Amino acid sequence: MNALLRIEGLNITPARSPERKLVNNVSLSLARGKTTCIVGESGSGKSLTALSVMQLLSPQLHMQGKVFFQGQDISQLNESAMQHLRGRQMGMIFQEPMTSLNPVLTIGFQIGEPLQTHLGLKGSALKQKVADLLQQVGIDPGRANSYPDELSGGQRQRVMIAMSIACEPALLIADEPTTALDVTVQAQILRLLDELKNRMQMAMLFITHDFGVVADIADEVIVMFRGEIVETGSVSQVLQSPQHPYTKALLACVPDAEGKKVLQPMNYGWLIPA
Amino acid sequence: MPDCILQAHHLKKTYTQRTGALGLAGHQIHALDDVSLQLKRGTTLAIVGESGSGKSTLARGILRLLPLDSGEVIFDGKNFLALDKSALRSARRDIQMIFQDPFASLNPRMRVGDIIGEGLVIHSIGDARQRQNMVIQILEKVGLHADDTQKYPHQFSGGQRQRIGIARALILQPKLVICDEPVSALDVSVQAQILLLLKQLQQEMGLSYLFITHDLRVVRHIADEVLVMQKGKVIEQGSVESIYNAPQQNYTRQLLNAIPGQARRAATA
Ligand SMILES: Nc1ncnc2c1ncn2[C@@H]1O[C@H](COP(=O)(O)OP(=O)(O)OP(=O)(O)O)[C@@H](O)[C@H]1O
Ligand SMILES: Nc1ncnc2c1ncn2[C@@H]1O[C@H](COP(=O)(O)OP(=O)(O)OP(=O)(O)O)[C@@H](O)[C@H]1O
Ligand SMILES: [Mg+2]
Ligand SMILES: [Mg+2]
Repeated sequence: MNALLRIEGLNITPARSPERKLVNNVSLSLARGKTTCIVGESGSGKSLTALSVMQLLSPQLHMQGKVFFQGQDISQLNESAMQHLRGRQMGMIFQEPMTSLNPVLTIGFQIGEPLQTHLGLKGSALKQKVADLLQQVGIDPGRANSYPDELSGGQRQRVMIAMSIACEPALLIADEPTTALDVTVQAQILRLLDELKNRMQMAMLFITHDFGVVADIADEVIVMFRGEIVETGSVSQVLQSPQHPYTKALLACVPDAEGKKVLQPMNYGWLIPA
Repeated sequence: MPDCILQAHHLKKTYTQRTGALGLAGHQIHALDDVSLQLKRGTTLAIVGESGSGKSTLARGILRLLPLDSGEVIFDGKNFLALDKSALRSARRDIQMIFQDPFASLNPRMRVGDIIGEGLVIHSIGDARQRQNMVIQILEKVGLHADDTQKYPHQFSGGQRQRIGIARALILQPKLVICDEPVSALDVSVQAQILLLLKQLQQEMGLSYLFITHDLRVVRHIADEVLVMQKGKVIEQGSVESIYNAPQQNYTRQLLNAIPGQARRAATA
């Protein structure tokens, strides 16, 4: 199969304690036009896996393994080659918007930056494209001169979404991209991403803890637990007939909209080998 | 007259936004346009609404983390906005906040143990050893570990950082906690654990919560009453039952209909 993205044997440890496996032997592949959702325990290594594809791991962490993008092993690429890929071929929506937005630059400037560097847009064409992107994520284009701290949490998240899709990348890595959005705006964003997927054959690696979102957008689902992939399968396989005990326990915790179910965190002590 | 821990009357906040090529012209954003609310002691009031509708502004305005243009806030019978510095300082122990953006609200240069224990030091609660024990206790309640006290915020995952913010707010055993999207980054199991912890504290200590969330499934499980905001205004409020069973406003109905995963659920039902 010719995958757009293939991760082989990814291991991540703190550089100073190589015996602590934060990500343990993770492999996955993703084809054009497909969406894979990663779900799993808080702290199970979802964000670290995503960051390692972009080579944005903290220098305090040590990574081993291979990452193939469009057939090429990019795990050894130098920083300038990576910069060329990032933003142009691979977009990323980070879990915490404020960590990736620059507080002293206007949002219009920041959305325009990849368009300038990668596509050479200038002047009124640039301005128009920035306004279009803002419109698409449901922000009044008149807010282009705002600074990140003048926006609400959900507006910041949408600015980052606009930045990540500005150059219509082949691969979009989205780390909990709609956590700060109400459901109506979330639905609008998911439609926008779906449209890019259909029109551009964009592939998405989409981290979420919302099983409703998984049901709506995923082709494949990967379940992570304590740094490892414990289950993968098509969305209907995983949601309707989960195999791994962790997946079963996790699905049992999904809150229902009717409020009839008694909330119960899982007791998964028994899942962890002594 | 019900016993209210918090009342807000006619809160207003308008931002002036630079627009135009040079950012010279200005236009006004009515973030809070005459918002009033009441929170009964020992209960939970959920605030839901569109992204950008003024929810965080409301939370920060009530807490005096940003100046309101006008309005009145009564906390535990006192005119909160009129408290002087020292009265405010001691009142702050009773009214805590869990911030929407965990990373931005945690000092990157402090160890997590010190971040969580800071309030205990400020309000001179316990000696060093007792404080240490309290910090470890609350950390374990939110699903983290004793040895996490030595780490810095950047060494945690997004959901772990969110729980550090929760631990910091709860350790002081406040009367009121204003929670701004407190469980948005948590997987459903940890989310259930945190919601149950909040409920348990409510039962044991009579805590009250102003609970901002966009997740109506969470509202259903945690709230007694709901207030719906749109464009700086309260457009609907009532008991959880009435909002779910008989939403009066179009926007509220849209919110209920847009809960994700319904198509598949209907298809497989
Ligand atoms: N710089 C670091 N140093 C040491 N440990 C780290 C570092 N960054 C992350 N970790 C640890 O690695 C593990 C995986 O983190 P990661 O951010 O990938 O989790 P996650 O699955 O995205 O969780 P969440 O759903 O809470 O965001 C966590 O236990 C975290 O504490
Ligand atoms: N410092 C500021 N200057 C100008 N406008 C601001 C400022 N802070 C907030 N706003 C605007 O006020 C409105 C309300 O913002 P607020 O953060 O209260 O929304 P919210 O309901 O919390 O949204 P979200 O769900 O996205 O977090 C938004 O349109 C926002 O852009
Ligand atoms: Mg994460
Ligand atoms: Mg907010």
